[in-house]
Amino acid sequence: MQDPVPASVRVRDARAPLAALVLLLVALVLPAAALGQSAESITGRLTEGGAPVAGVRITVVTASGEPVGEAVSADDGVWELTLPGPGGYVITLDTATLPEGVTLREPDRTSVEVDVFENARSAVVFALGDPVDTGPTFGRLLAQNAVNGLKFGLIIAMTAVGLSLIFGTTGLVNFAHGDLVTVGAFLAFFLNVGLGLRLLVAAPLAVLLSAAFSGGLDRFLWRPLRARQTGLIAMLVVSIGLGFILRHLALLFFGGSRSSYGEYTLQTALEFGLVRLQPTEIVVMLLSVLILTGVGLMLNRTRLGKAMRAVADERDLAESSGIDVQRVILAVWIFGGALTGIGGIFLGIVESVDYLMGFRLLLLMFAGVILGGLGSAYGAMVGGIVVGMVSEVSTVWFSSQIKYVWALLVLAVILLVRPQGILGRRERVG
Amino acid sequence: MIETVLFDALRAAIGPTAAAYALLAVGLNLHFGYTGLLNFGQVGFMLVGGYGLAIPVAVYGQPLWVGLLTGIAASVVLALLLGAPTLRLRADYLAITTIAAAEILRFLSRNSSSEDVTGGVYGLRQFAGDFYDVSPFPPGQYLGPLAFSANRLWAMIFGWAVAILLSLAVHRLMRSPWGRVLLSIREDEDAARSLGKNVFLYKMQSLILGGVFGGFGGMVFVLSLQTIQPDMFLPQVTFFAFTMVILGGTATAVGPLVGTVLFWFLITGLQSGVRAVVESGILPDVAAGQAVGASTLIVVGGLLMALMVFRPQGILGDREELRLDVR
Repeated sequence: MQDPVPASVRVRDARAPLAALVLLLVALVLPAAALGQSAESITGRLTEGGAPVAGVRITVVTASGEPVGEAVSADDGVWELTLPGPGGYVITLDTATLPEGVTLREPDRTSVEVDVFENARSAVVFALGDPVDTGPTFGRLLAQNAVNGLKFGLIIAMTAVGLSLIFGTTGLVNFAHGDLVTVGAFLAFFLNVGLGLRLLVAAPLAVLLSAAFSGGLDRFLWRPLRARQTGLIAMLVVSIGLGFILRHLALLFFGGSRSSYGEYTLQTALEFGLVRLQPTEIVVMLLSVLILTGVGLMLNRTRLGKAMRAVADERDLAESSGIDVQRVILAVWIFGGALTGIGGIFLGIVESVDYLMGFRLLLLMFAGVILGGLGSAYGAMVGGIVVGMVSEVSTVWFSSQIKYVWALLVLAVILLVRPQGILGRRERVG
Repeated sequence: MIETVLFDALRAAIGPTAAAYALLAVGLNLHFGYTGLLNFGQVGFMLVGGYGLAIPVAVYGQPLWVGLLTGIAASVVLALLLGAPTLRLRADYLAITTIAAAEILRFLSRNSSSEDVTGGVYGLRQFAGDFYDVSPFPPGQYLGPLAFSANRLWAMIFGWAVAILLSLAVHRLMRSPWGRVLLSIREDEDAARSLGKNVFLYKMQSLILGGVFGGFGGMVFVLSLQTIQPDMFLPQVTFFAFTMVILGGTATAVGPLVGTVLFWFLITGLQSGVRAVVESGILPDVAAGQAVGASTLIVVGGLLMALMVFRPQGILGDREELRLDVR
């Protein structure tokens, strides 16, 4: 973004809304007569921290150096110059005319080269304000990433609990678990954007539907397979096929692009000391903590929760002590489906909804589950949070393109050092 | 229209891409079918094979045989790295580690800081010159209605020749004492161990050999396309290869080859059919491009599930041989 880019290219970047706004403003402000003379023009709006900057001189010469003219930014910060025709131009901002205390964000970038096409109104952006290199301090960056990691980790933890419990109770490594997250997110998306329900209504409904869907999978797919004595590896491959179907049904019905829920999208971030968070992010984190605590209490205190852990720990013993194992497994699926649904909706709120969102999460869930100990619900929570933190905090030092790599490396290391995970038991792994 | 669909399907079923997948499948069959190893990262071997070949040639100007050796070496190294921590653990740990490793490799080769070596998201080109220079076919169109170019024909014949040769080799190996140890490990690891066999070592050898086959698959794949990009190596490639192995018949010598041809015939035929239907405007409201891709993959998923549930031995397999389970 630092190199001078043709205006036609520039408009497509992140500043496109700004450029569009500039064009709209210019079209409203300028008399129609001025627009009629020549088709090509060049325009821009100078602002610093949102406030317009007036009185700045902009000079324009052709690519071969012949002067074309100059413009001065108006009270609203807008400047505009009509050009003699299409071609290449060099636009220079006269830094001497900048008001006291206002500087270019990149001090060396006083001129921009632009290719103006026929009948084009090209927008040129001169970014003003503090130089980029005085960006967030290290402490601020670390704190912000740690909080982002916690947020992401809580979501991973919530979805991973079901994965771990399903493994514990049935032995199945459910490769479709990520796609259950996608299902939850899209159910809420359909209810919210498609049917126009408020998200506060759509989200709980979607969670109920995900739970029912997941329970249905157990009742009508996995239980019959167990009854046929299908091997675990065969079931694992079945779950891969199921994941394929769910993922691409989402693609078929909702398309391949990222979308957002209809509410809570444009929010102002609030400052908390070193970190900035949007209100939704705070709500999501608080709810996640509440839900995970609830899950912990449920597993620890209720009859059903104890039965789940008993079946996960030692299935035959649980069965012979009178626990209805098939019912417990069904409950685990319903419970896991509700949690993946919540996780998917939360992820959709703080990031976006797309058909690969769950599959991307799957490997991180595996990493979390193995880190915490395959089969242990508490382990999945701890592991999920650690994995989320590791991947986000890594972006303080490394490119964010490879942030998942660190989380997956944690997985490799834990397998080398302590394959049973932090909270797992030794005999599970051999 | 039916003719177009049929020819499209046939072109894909015998084409060089199918040959590359056949190599993946043969390797995977050695892992999964004969040894009971759940390698879900076969695409990672494909990736290191492909980049191992392309980087020395395209970036460092080495001849093609250097690339070939690097590709093989890279596959061996990857197998050692993957196997060392996981082969002593239960089968599903290997599954999760291998799929994670393949994704790590894809992320790393996409990453902009590795652009000097891997070309980042743009990938690499111009490494296949030597390969096509030795092609015996003069330019022109071959195979009648299938309209293969000379290059495509050469890549196809080369790829399938390698795949068939390696299948024969696997067939022989499985009748050797070495192969019988592998089968016994699949059947009962503890029994093999109690007879004094070093199970870990045998599993590692199987992982390396099948991984190198996957590496060959990657080489044939990128040579036939004459380009390599990170996103050719998505996790689903491994699952396609799994479907091919299971479709043809796990733990049979020809199964993977038959499965590959059949898989590509079905999938491309379906894709071409859906596209024809979409284009003819019978279904006006479908976003054409996505609908074709998505519906094909839904069918792949369904096929995989149905096979596993109703006919886990595939077309050629023996049901008795498939009592695979996590141990």
